[in-house]
Amino acid sequence: MTAVLEVSDIRKSFGGIKAVDGVSFDVQEGEILGLIGPNGCGKSTLFNCILGQLMPTGGEVKVDGKVVTGLRPSELNRLGVSRTFQLLQVFPKLSVRENLILAGQEHQGNMMSRLFGPSDAGLSAAADQMIGFFKLDHLATEAAGGLSYGQQKLLDAAMAFMGGPRLVLLDEPAGGVNLTMLGDLKERLAAINRERRATFVVIEHNMEFVMSLCTRVMVMAEGKMLAMGTPAEVRANPAVIEAYLGH
Amino acid sequence: MTATGKYLRIALGVVVIAALIIVPMNFNRYGLFILSQWAVMTIAAMGLNLTLGYAGQVSLAQGAFVGIGAYAAAIMTTQGLPLVAALGVAIVLCFAIGWILGYPALRVQHHYLAFVTLAFSTLAFLVFRNEDWLTKGIYGISNIPRPNVLGFATNRPLPFYYFCLGSLALVSLAMWWLIRSPWGRAFVALRENPVRALSLGIDTRRYTLMAFAIGSALGGVAGTLYAPLTQYIDPVPFNLSLSLDLLMMVIVGGSGFFFGPFLGAMIAVLLPEWLRFTQGYYLMLYAVAVMLLLIYSPTGILGSLDRYLAERRTKAASALRAVAKSRLETAP
Repeated sequence: MTAVLEVSDIRKSFGGIKAVDGVSFDVQEGEILGLIGPNGCGKSTLFNCILGQLMPTGGEVKVDGKVVTGLRPSELNRLGVSRTFQLLQVFPKLSVRENLILAGQEHQGNMMSRLFGPSDAGLSAAADQMIGFFKLDHLATEAAGGLSYGQQKLLDAAMAFMGGPRLVLLDEPAGGVNLTMLGDLKERLAAINRERRATFVVIEHNMEFVMSLCTRVMVMAEGKMLAMGTPAEVRANPAVIEAYLGH
Repeated sequence: MTATGKYLRIALGVVVIAALIIVPMNFNRYGLFILSQWAVMTIAAMGLNLTLGYAGQVSLAQGAFVGIGAYAAAIMTTQGLPLVAALGVAIVLCFAIGWILGYPALRVQHHYLAFVTLAFSTLAFLVFRNEDWLTKGIYGISNIPRPNVLGFATNRPLPFYYFCLGSLALVSLAMWWLIRSPWGRAFVALRENPVRALSLGIDTRRYTLMAFAIGSALGGVAGTLYAPLTQYIDPVPFNLSLSLDLLMMVIVGGSGFFFGPFLGAMIAVLLPEWLRFTQGYYLMLYAVAVMLLLIYSPTGILGSLDRYLAERRTKAASALRAVAKSRLETAP
């Protein structure tokens, strides 16, 4: 197994506050790593440092062995690292299909071919396949803003996969999604992980979701890594129970 | 869109284009001048609509680019060079300056960006006015010739109007292509949610600069038509108020709608003319009309129309659902 993502000693301070305080871990190919911890423990900041949204104060990030610290999010995305955000981030005025084409178009050709080539950047078929995969078939031409919250969450996740990423970082994919839709989402994520060997890191508060989807779980508290292990190990760890899970 | 709706649109388009060609045949010199001005201003407003309406970057400098294009045309054609050469120079110059003007947009947004572009607008005006050796300053450049297009002289008002209309058609086709290409989608993404766009691999920096550069280049294109239209230019028409006028055209017509600039320019160029019968009051009436329009329809004419049609579609759809539901309930 090779590490798709290696994070070493990442630090990020905002003024005097150490939001992320020396976190190191790696994620193996095909793995689904869960990232849990109380609100404000630095999970999203860690994501933003890995993804170039924030410049880390210290430390190093490697993707497939290549140092990517400080790259812009768009550059990182074209290297095969994709993400979703905690809050919904679909483009409400574009249709479902257009959203997916947009999510993949910068991975096709160059600036010139995107100007003079076909309007869909040759992605209509791939977008429709993704629409089918996430069971949004009847909604392909609907404006994304008209979808239900759960459907938009599915679309948001689907968009992260359009560029055929090696590594996907999902920030609370299950937040605000109802139970039926949650089952769909988990099952789809597991399937895409199996079929495409895509590697995931998932921030999530829904324990059932994390424990059943993830192969390993990392627990953060106050900017540091508190524990790392299989879901069962983490659940049994007294420090984790103390800090986060509760008795 | 339904098939009927599509045919209706095509039919409407054919009627409008035919009217634009046939009706002005009986117009007098002044009517043709106003209509040509509409075509020219529509091109400039389309450029701003790309920068502001689609890509979401505020600019108060579009008038300056019209000025740069107009001076390029005036200086070059009075030296005997063909208008097409001036067009090339204007496009390259405005594209390059627009690209540079885009850099502040990478750091500041909204009204801060408006101020930066406003400063550029003032700077350009000062160059037009003070650099006598190049622009002849406040005396202006006169006797600007009109071009021969494909062997036809456009000295008379009607052929020149057709030349402007043809140019507008070409620019519209190019813009239509651009908007429905992946670039158009990236511009919209840039306007709606730049952070998400960045995370999807969209190089927001490059697209921001492109939106400025292409929008500005269209301002230059409009300018190269403006100079032979008026046949005399001085710095005054290219001061800040032209930029504000163009901004108003985009917003009144419907910012981010393809046909917004056509409508906006129509209102900005034609409405004052129609209101002329009120003599001294026409500017006041015009101002009131624009204010009322923006109060009742802040998204512009096409924005309101779009909302109205969307509401009607939703109503029709829910009516259909209600019918289907009642049928299900009454079914044996």
